[in-house]
Amino acid sequence: MIVLFWTDSLFFLLLFAAAIVLWRARQDEHLVRPLRKVTHSRSAMVSAVLLLAYLLVAVLDSIHFTGGEQGAGAFRNEPVSVLDWLLTPLRIHVEKTYSAPFACDALSREMIADATGQMLWGLPRLQFACSHLEHPEATAAADIASRSLQGLLLGGLAGLLLAAPLWGWRGSREWLGPGWLAVILTVVGLGLIAGWLAALAPFYHVLGTDKVGMDVLYQSLKSIRTGLMIGTLTTLVTLPLALLLGTLAGYFRGWVDDVIQYVYTTLNSIPGVLLIAASILLTQVYMGRHEAEYASLGWRADLRLLFLCLILGLTSWTGLCRLLRAETLKLREMEYVQAARALGVGHLMILRRHILPNLMHLVLISVALDFSSLVLAEAVLSYVNIGVDPTTESWGNMINSARLEMAREPVVWWSLAGAFGFMFVLVLAANLLADAVRDAFDPRRAE
Amino acid sequence: MSHLLEVRNLAVSFRRGGVMQPAVEQISFHIDRGETFALVGESGSGKSVTALSVLRLLPMAGHILSGEICMDGVDLLRVSERSMGTYRGGRIGVIFQDPSTALNPVMTVGQQIREVLAIHVRDDSRSHPARVIRLLQQVGLPRVETMVDAYPHQLSGGQRQRVMIAMALAGEPDLLIADEPTTALDVTIQAQILELLQRIQQETGMALWLITHDLGIVHQMAHRVAVMHQGHILEQSTHAGFFAGPAHDYSQSLLKAMPRIQRCRERPLRETSGHDEPLLVLEDFSLHFPIRKGLLKRQVGAFRAVDQVSLAIGQGETLALVGESGCGKTTLGKALLGLLPGATGTVRWARQLGGHIPSFAQIVFQDPYAAMNPRMTVGEVIEEGMRALRPDWTLSSRRQRCDEMLVAVGLDAGDRIRYPHEFSGGQRQRICIARALAVEPRLVILDEPTSALDVSVQAHILALLRDLRERYGLSYLFITHDLGVVAEVADRVAVMFRGQIVETGEVAQVLLNPREAYTRQLLQALPPLRWGACKLTGDKDRI
Repeated sequence: MIVLFWTDSLFFLLLFAAAIVLWRARQDEHLVRPLRKVTHSRSAMVSAVLLLAYLLVAVLDSIHFTGGEQGAGAFRNEPVSVLDWLLTPLRIHVEKTYSAPFACDALSREMIADATGQMLWGLPRLQFACSHLEHPEATAAADIASRSLQGLLLGGLAGLLLAAPLWGWRGSREWLGPGWLAVILTVVGLGLIAGWLAALAPFYHVLGTDKVGMDVLYQSLKSIRTGLMIGTLTTLVTLPLALLLGTLAGYFRGWVDDVIQYVYTTLNSIPGVLLIAASILLTQVYMGRHEAEYASLGWRADLRLLFLCLILGLTSWTGLCRLLRAETLKLREMEYVQAARALGVGHLMILRRHILPNLMHLVLISVALDFSSLVLAEAVLSYVNIGVDPTTESWGNMINSARLEMAREPVVWWSLAGAFGFMFVLVLAANLLADAVRDAFDPRRAE
Repeated sequence: MSHLLEVRNLAVSFRRGGVMQPAVEQISFHIDRGETFALVGESGSGKSVTALSVLRLLPMAGHILSGEICMDGVDLLRVSERSMGTYRGGRIGVIFQDPSTALNPVMTVGQQIREVLAIHVRDDSRSHPARVIRLLQQVGLPRVETMVDAYPHQLSGGQRQRVMIAMALAGEPDLLIADEPTTALDVTIQAQILELLQRIQQETGMALWLITHDLGIVHQMAHRVAVMHQGHILEQSTHAGFFAGPAHDYSQSLLKAMPRIQRCRERPLRETSGHDEPLLVLEDFSLHFPIRKGLLKRQVGAFRAVDQVSLAIGQGETLALVGESGCGKTTLGKALLGLLPGATGTVRWARQLGGHIPSFAQIVFQDPYAAMNPRMTVGEVIEEGMRALRPDWTLSSRRQRCDEMLVAVGLDAGDRIRYPHEFSGGQRQRICIARALAVEPRLVILDEPTSALDVSVQAHILALLRDLRERYGLSYLFITHDLGVVAEVADRVAVMFRGQIVETGEVAQVLLNPREAYTRQLLQALPPLRWGACKLTGDKDRI
C-alpha cells in the first residue's frame, strides 16, 4: 500500500516542475547554448552526477509504502520507503550500542559469559556484524579483503554497464565537451563505491554504529532525503516571496516599497530561532490535539519536517529580498530599462524581460549558498531540539548526538565523519554546479 | 644633453584567457625637460598602458616583455620596487581622467595632500600646512583656508581636478603625466584646467606628458606630438610639423574627422517650406524636483531642472540642445517622452500623430554599453519595441523589419542572433539607433549619441544619422555639449543654461554670431583648432 507523505508529494511536484522547465528549455536556443557550455566543465559535470546520485537516493527514500513484513518489532505498521526496503539488512541489524567501523566486537567492555559459562570482563561479540564468521579475530581481515574485491569487481562491472549507453549516446552529439569523460568516470567510480558497500554492508558496519546500535551508513543515507527536503522545499518558499516582493519594491518604489520594507524589517527584527521554536511547538500542540490522525510516527515526523521547511523559508527570505530590491533599484535606472519604457513596453514585461534575467545570477548564487546554510541550520536547530523530529534521520541529529561522543575514550568519530562526509560532498557539488551554471548564463563571459 | 624620459622599444602584452595579446608593440619616444609631449590616440590604442608601464603600475594581467624606460639615465624597469616609490608621486606626478573617483571620499583635501608631502618631502613636517595652502593657491582654488578642510564631495568637478593637480605637484615632479585630464569636464572648465597646466609648467619648468584623444587640446598645448594606433606609434613630429600636414594617413583622418564650428557654413542648409505644422511645440515646459526635508518630508523648495522652456521642432528638422552638464538638457529630453513624471506646461505634438508618445518619439542614449540588456540578443533588442507597439505584426514581419533596420544602420542581418557584448561601441550605438527607428518614429531624441565614442567612429555615426534623417524623414532633438558636433548636424540650436533656454536660432547665427554672453563663453572655451581655422590639404573635397 503506497503512502504519500506531505513532503513526498511536494518533492515530487517540485521534481515534476523542474522536469517541465528543463523540457521546455530544450526548445529555446538561448537556454540550450549556455547549458551546453556547462557540459564542457569537468567539475560541473562531476558535481551534476553526484547530485543526481543524491537525488536518486532521495527519490527512492520518498516512495513510502506499508504492509508486508517490512517493519521490525514495534514499528511493524510504520510505512517504509523503497530505500529502507533495499537497505533492509542495514536497517534491522541493530546492535546494542557503539561499535567501530568494520569491528566484530563492541566498543566498550561489559560482563560476558565465555564458552565455558564463566563470567568475565571483556569485549562482547557484536550481534550481527561478523556473525557469518567462526573465528572473526583470525579471518575477518581476509574476509573483508575478498568481499571488497568481489564488490569492487561487480560494482565496476555495473558502473561500466551504466556508462556504456552514456558513451554510446555521446556518439552522435559532438557538442558534448570534455566533461562527458568526467561523467563516465564518475559513474564508474560511483558504481565501484556502491558495489563495495553492497558487498560489505550486510556483514559489517562499514561506518560503525551509534549509541543505540543503529548503522551509521544507513543513517547517513537516510539523511540525504532530509537534507534535500530542507534545502529544496525551503527554497520553494523563499524564492517566490523574495523574487516577487524584492522586484516589486525596487521597481515601483513609493508606497509599495514602503509596505514591503516594513514587512521584512519587522520580520527580520524577530529572532528567527524564536519563530521556529514557536511554530514547531505549534505543530506539536496541533498533533497532540488531533492524536487520532497523527498516531503514526511517520506522519508526525513528516508534518514536523514540512513545518520546519515552511518556517525556515518564512524567516530566511528577507536577506535575498533585500539584495534583489537593491539590485532592482540599480537596474531600473539602467538605460536599457529606460529605452524599453520609451518604446512603450509595459511594467510587467519590463520586469520579466529586463529585470528578472539580470537578477538571476544573484538568485543562483544565493540559492546555492542558502542551500548549504539551510542544511547546516538544520544541524543547529536539532541542537536546541527544535529541528526535525528526533526519529527522523538527519545529519543535524547525527552531529547533535556525536557532540557528546567526541568526549569519549576511545573517541567515537564515525557518526560525525559520516554526516560530515555526506554533507560535504552535497554542499560542494551544489556550489560547483551553481558556479558553472551562473558563468554559462552570463553572456558577458564570452566564449 | 640627455632626455628627461626616454622609452626605447617598449612592448607590453596582456594575458587574456591564457593568450598573450600585445597592447603596446615596440614603441620608442622621449620627453625633454620643460616641454609638453602629447600622446594622441583613440580608445584601446595603448596610450594609457604606456603611461602605466612607465610608472610600473600595470594591472596583474599586463606584462612588460621588453624595452627600456630611462629617466635621467636610470632604467626604471631595473630599479627596486622600493626606490620606484620615490619616482611615483615624487619625480613623476600623475593626474587621472576622472577626478570624482581619484580622490578618497572620506579624507579632506588637506589630508590627502599632506599624505603626499609626508612621503615625498622629507623636511620638517611642521611646514606642511603652509605648503598645502601654497599648493592650493598655485592651482587657483578660491577660499583656500576653508578648502583645506573640505571633503571631495563638497567640490565641483573642476575643483576636484585642481586638487588632483595640487597633489601631483606636491612631490615637485620633473614630469607630470596627465591622462585625459579634461575628458570628464565641461568645456569651459576644460579651458581653465588647460590654462592652469600651461601656467604651472611655465612656473616650475617641469615636463608635461599629455595623453589625450582630442586633437584640439593637442593643438593648444603640445610642443611635440606622437600619434598612437593599435599599439604602434605611427608618427612623431613637432607641433608645427604635425598641424601643417601630418605624414600618416591615420593622423590625417583623425584631423579630418574632428567636428569643427566652421562646418556649419560649408553644409547645405535644410530647405524649409515655412508653412508646415511644426512636429512639436513646447510652451512653458517645466520640471521641478521637490526638495523635501524633515520627518514629515515637507516640501521646502524645488530644484528647477527644466524651467519655463518654450521650443518648437519642425518636420524633418534637427534641433540641437546645447549646454553643460547639469543644465537640464537630458532631463528635458526624458520628460518629453514621459519618462519622468511631474512635468508641467504645454506639449503640443503635430495633430496627425495621435496620443501615444512611444509610437512617434524615440530616444537614443549616450552610453551604448548600458543601453542594451546584456542578456538579450540584438534581434530581441530591436524587436522589443515592435512587440509592444505593433502587437498585430507577425513574427516573420517583425523579423523582416529587424533585418531591414540592421542593414539600414550598416550592420549585417545575421547579427540578429548575436549578443551586444560582441560589438564595439560604435556598432552598439548603431544597434541602439536601429532599435529606435524600428517602430517608425517621427522624432528621435539623441542624448549625446556620440560623446562616448572615438572621433573617427563619431564621424561615421553622424554621417549615418544625417543619412537616416533624409531617408526616413525624421526630426531630431540632438542633445549635446559639443558645439563642433552641433555644427555638423543641426539646423537650429537652442542653448540651455541652468534649466532655461538662453538663446535659440539658426545654427550659423548662433555659432558664428552669438547674441548671449553665455553662448560666447561656451564658444570661446573651445580649443582654436575646433574653429576650423586650420586648413588641411585635401580638406576642400569634403562636403
